[in-house]
Amino acid sequence: MTQTQAEIKQAVLRLLGEIAPEADLASLKPDVSFRDQLDIDSIDFLNFVIALHDALGVEIPESDYPRLATLNGCIEYLSALETHGR
Amino acid sequence: MAEFVMPTLGADMSAGTLVAWRKKVGDRVTRGEVIAEVDTDKAAIDVEVFTSGVIEKILTQPGEKVPVGTVMAIIREEGKPTGKKVEAEVETKPVAPLAAEPGRLRISPAARQLAAELGVDPALLRGTGPGGAITREDVEAAARASLKPIAPSPSPIASAPEAAADRQARIRQAIAAAMARSKREIPHYYLSATIDMGRAVAWLAEENLKRSVVDRLLSGVLFIKAVALALREVPELNAVWKDGRAIQSQAVHVGVAISLRQGGLVAPALHDADRRSLGDLMRNLQDLVKRARAGSLRSSELSDPTITVTSMGEQGVDTVFGVIYPPQVALVGFGKLVERPWVVQGAVVPRPVVTATLSADHRVTDGHRGGLFLAAVDRLLQEPDRL
Repeated sequence: MTQTQAEIKQAVLRLLGEIAPEADLASLKPDVSFRDQLDIDSIDFLNFVIALHDALGVEIPESDYPRLATLNGCIEYLSALETHGR
Repeated sequence: MAEFVMPTLGADMSAGTLVAWRKKVGDRVTRGEVIAEVDTDKAAIDVEVFTSGVIEKILTQPGEKVPVGTVMAIIREEGKPTGKKVEAEVETKPVAPLAAEPGRLRISPAARQLAAELGVDPALLRGTGPGGAITREDVEAAARASLKPIAPSPSPIASAPEAAADRQARIRQAIAAAMARSKREIPHYYLSATIDMGRAVAWLAEENLKRSVVDRLLSGVLFIKAVALALREVPELNAVWKDGRAIQSQAVHVGVAISLRQGGLVAPALHDADRRSLGDLMRNLQDLVKRARAGSLRSSELSDPTITVTSMGEQGVDTVFGVIYPPQVALVGFGKLVERPWVVQGAVVPRPVVTATLSADHRVTDGHRGGLFLAAVDRLLQEPDRL
């Protein structure tokens, strides 16, 4: 994992923790959907996307939301945005 | 003089515990301003005042359990003559300790909100407020200490799991009381309609392309607006049952069922939902969900709903058979948005559809009116650009 990916992972976990404070993020499975592991709904997910937007300065089209469904998906998608510019 | 009373925040509340006053005798207050923090079985609530004026007298102290309707303070209304001078001891009266119920977490809504924002677990804090209540300062201090919560110490405050379990038990009891009353007193009837969401889904996708991340809409907000507008056509569903008769509300305050993370649910109001834009409703809904889960709702949000909307599609539910929240007289449910075969001009085509249900009080309306209401919801969802 590159430094950028590690930073993205840390940011994603921090933002998830703010949205679902009761979640045990240490045991989050990276390839399993957040919704299957955490008690989050569509509004939580929208708030998560907004938080990513605010924290990382990225504009994420709605059509790309499925790519943010898992931790690894987030890392892959957001690090690609970093690489190719926002 | 006006009386500031413990408000009723729903059918499942008979009393609340005053956590703190935000104002003192002599302070000016404005209609809509939060002047007290109250803890109920279901949530910690910021209580607003509905009279502008000056606080003349405070009659209850933090820690007291106050029945609904009890006068908590006297307010001298603006433009009215001054009452008798308030005795100083009212302000300096020793604060009664908060009842040290085992497992009960004493925390104001503001402190709870701050704790959520700062990632501090309030159950692990030692409160320094009245009777051990956790204050904003306690939360800030914990956050400053590298976000490490203060270690639990011998105090009336229970451990996190105990406090959470106690809160959950109280929430369940409150819901049980309201739902049992509903089923005991309200003769429900149920109707359902399957609604073609093709136009709404396409419109929403196109609309969200134009919106930035922070302004995007969810289909749930279309449901809420469609219900709110349909109530203009069947206003008898927008009412409360009181003293043996239905009282229609001029304003449409849609209660939105929100599940709480620790279990249970609340249904606070989106005020004047029929008059707000979709963007406005969406922002308000996001804020309401956030505050409901952080435990910082306002009293008017819990006391004002005139109908409830619940959307359970995300749980995979097809059809909702809701229980009306008294004293309301109707509840509208939405199930999962799914693609189904749909006949259009003799041809079977795939269409996204949703099942909308109405649970209504038969003392107030009949199925005919209920059917008209669901038809109006359907029609409104066929013209999403006009919502």
